[in-house]
Amino acid sequence: MTTQTTTAQTPGSPTAEPNKGLIGIPEHIGRALATAGGALTVISTFLAWTWTSAFPGDLTYYGYPGGLQVLVLIGGALTTLFGLASYGTKGLRWLTPAGADSAIKLAAIGTFATVWYTIIAISATLGGLVHLEPGGWIAAIATLTALLGALALPFERPEPDPHDPDDSKWEKLRHETRHTFAVLRASIATGRTRPARELPAYGEILIIVGALTTGLIVFTYGIGTSYDELFVGFLITAGFGFAAIAKAGLLDRVSAITARHRNVTLIGAFVAAAAFPFTQSDDQYATIGVYILIFATVALGLNIVVGLAGLLDLGYVAFLGVGAYTAAMVSGSPSSPFDIQLPFWASALLGAAVAMVFGVLIGAPTLRLRGDYLAIVTLGFGEIFRLAVLNTDGTSGPDITNGSNGISSIPNINILGFDFGQEHTIAGFTIARFANYFLLMLLITLVVVVVFRRSSDSRIGRAWVAIREDETAARAMGINGFRVKLIAFALGATLAGLAGTVQAHVTYTVTPEQYMFAHVVPPNSAFLLAAVVLGGMGTISGPLVGAALLYLIPAKLQFLGDYQLIAFGLALVLLMRFRPEGLIPNRRRQLEFHAEAEAPTVLSKSGA
Amino acid sequence: MTTDTTTPSAPTGATPGETILDARGVTMRFGGLTAVRGVDLTVNSGEIVGLIGPNGAGKTTFFNCLTGLYTPTEGEVRYKDKVLPPKSFKVTAAGVARTFQNIRLFGNMTVLENVLVGRHTRTKEGLWSALLRGPGFHRAEAASRERAMELLEFVGLADKADHLARNLPYGEQRRLEIARALASEPGLLLLDEPTAGMNPQETRDTEELVFAIRDKGIAVLVIEHDMRFIFNLCDRVAVLVQGQKLVEGDAATVQADERVIAAYIGEPIANDPGAEEAAEVEAAEAAAEATTDAAPGKENDR
Repeated sequence: MTTQTTTAQTPGSPTAEPNKGLIGIPEHIGRALATAGGALTVISTFLAWTWTSAFPGDLTYYGYPGGLQVLVLIGGALTTLFGLASYGTKGLRWLTPAGADSAIKLAAIGTFATVWYTIIAISATLGGLVHLEPGGWIAAIATLTALLGALALPFERPEPDPHDPDDSKWEKLRHETRHTFAVLRASIATGRTRPARELPAYGEILIIVGALTTGLIVFTYGIGTSYDELFVGFLITAGFGFAAIAKAGLLDRVSAITARHRNVTLIGAFVAAAAFPFTQSDDQYATIGVYILIFATVALGLNIVVGLAGLLDLGYVAFLGVGAYTAAMVSGSPSSPFDIQLPFWASALLGAAVAMVFGVLIGAPTLRLRGDYLAIVTLGFGEIFRLAVLNTDGTSGPDITNGSNGISSIPNINILGFDFGQEHTIAGFTIARFANYFLLMLLITLVVVVVFRRSSDSRIGRAWVAIREDETAARAMGINGFRVKLIAFALGATLAGLAGTVQAHVTYTVTPEQYMFAHVVPPNSAFLLAAVVLGGMGTISGPLVGAALLYLIPAKLQFLGDYQLIAFGLALVLLMRFRPEGLIPNRRRQLEFHAEAEAPTVLSKSGA
Repeated sequence: MTTDTTTPSAPTGATPGETILDARGVTMRFGGLTAVRGVDLTVNSGEIVGLIGPNGAGKTTFFNCLTGLYTPTEGEVRYKDKVLPPKSFKVTAAGVARTFQNIRLFGNMTVLENVLVGRHTRTKEGLWSALLRGPGFHRAEAASRERAMELLEFVGLADKADHLARNLPYGEQRRLEIARALASEPGLLLLDEPTAGMNPQETRDTEELVFAIRDKGIAVLVIEHDMRFIFNLCDRVAVLVQGQKLVEGDAATVQADERVIAAYIGEPIANDPGAEEAAEVEAAEAAAEATTDAAPGKENDR
């Protein structure tokens, strides 16, 4: 790099070669290398990578990819397809409506990372590179070739900012680092998505079905990963694959279509989710599924409070607890102080109503506070709930909640003779206990999604957003800030209580320890908030995705063990630094955080 | 110009000349500081009243007292013979809307949504109706949207309804704020420096807009520093100096008043107490000049 001591020199050197890749291979060779490397990677997955089945997934077969090889196969195929599309191959142009180069880069990086992670994992597990078969070597070289080729693809380099000659060394270093980052970001920048050709309605609906099916397969695969290495590989491939598809512009296309058919998408998504237990042969992964759903539903309820109304609630899990305890007490459990057994619909309504009452009781005094003060007070109330439950055990207080033992042996739900604890066979599929609860919980999720959607797109939803944006101005526009905030708070509490009534039955036992502020097992207040922020505030799919990730990562990566919370914190910090709007951003938020980017000025209906 | 068809509570019923806003002896103290002291002000229907005064005279504080952002320490504010409640959303519901000196739009909402928020007090659909989505809900939403679009048409922003408010140019943001305030169907509109930072053309447009608002039967109270704007526009002008009302009257009266001129540009004080210091400074300057001459080139080093 030239030393830029004066501003006068700046325009001279970098503009000499305006468009070149990150490494100096001519473009046509780079493109050929990337495409061929991708193809070779695909072939290599049909070879044996190691000689022994001691490495999980059994990568020893010829002609039959297994375990991590499947992921590499998908990554390699993506790279090849994007590569071919970049040549303008007939029939593949639709793959890259926003330009192929960034997509090739991301796909190649993802495949490279997965393969080399696998190679290193094999060597580390089995003790040395000698355990690799030729297939492993071929895969490693092929992905490296594809990566180098992809990095050679040209892109538009940003002009470096002129810098102050008086800067100290440290400032200069920072300046250059910033420029390097800008170049790296520009290397995966994407063009504007070409407008799509008009498709008939059934064609668009078919595309939605296809996208949802892909989503279901990816999700099912992720839940079903049976060992650490496979899950890490899954995360790498899925992450980069998703990014590559987004950069190619396919995601824009699909979201434009889903925005046109919102109801079809909603119904389709729930059919896809409901199909999940039917893809499983036993109840093992339905268990994870139902816990994810509970977590995700509560996170979505919190999203009304945090994402729409902008009220930072750090004690939200208490409302889940209120619902769970209420349902447990009227479930006929032997350790409940009340000897009554209500049918589920009644206990669900009761749980939601009691949670709402608590929401109003806690909200009424606290919602007069703003910002950080509200967060602190809600944090306090969350802990008060837990301590109160812990102490109403008959010795230090009245005997209501059975103290730290909690309310145990909660019977299974029985709706019209359908016992949720039993296995049922529906159309040849066996649906066991957790799968039953999964389907019930899915209904609750549907309720919450509908409530979220309808309330956000209405007079009250606009008032929430206005309050979040500028409370003083909102009040001056005639909005009763306190009342509107209380409605948001109580609505959030009600939805959490509703989810809690199912949770009590799923877990058999409710104890105060389930409802802490921070704990290694979600859902707790900290993880709920993290799911909302990570996924994207103010969106429906954001908290669902965030919750699924936050549940799966600790559950699958057993080796993290005690470092789990550190890793979690680190990931949050990094995400907030580089993508503060969350994984699935609300259009509003995205514009808020990236004001300088080429912000489309029009906010379409799909974003809100 | 659009016609008010959807305003059953339209303020146009008031007969011209009738007093709609009546502030009596409004005093606002912050601890030991009295920002506004015993100000009386009336606004009649169909009237444009200006409020001027030097910086820090308490104009905005007085506005905040009128709109319920502050509760006056003493005195009361009546709107159509009812004392205004000390809550800003109730004031808006009563029929007094305002804009802000530093624009306070909901930047991440669209232009249309901003106006729809202004409709809040004139619509009643609560959470249940939003969740159940009965026919009444759809009808009310459609009516609100129609009314909001009319207002955007009125201020000339209809073609930008889907833009984010923060992306509008400055002058249009001011117009949007006015449209948002009008959406609450006020009988009195308070404008806090509506032309601050505008170029002459935009100022003239705003003038037209304010006249158009008055023609809709809405009384306007406006704070402004642009004298030409205020004297062109207002039927009556009140001058606030150091928290007190100095003078009130039509443009000619106020312009001719010596106290007003003095308040703005100051007046010579008897006995000239500063004369001595002034002479001293002059002498020092002369001395400095002499030394600079003696050492030419020194200046460049500074």
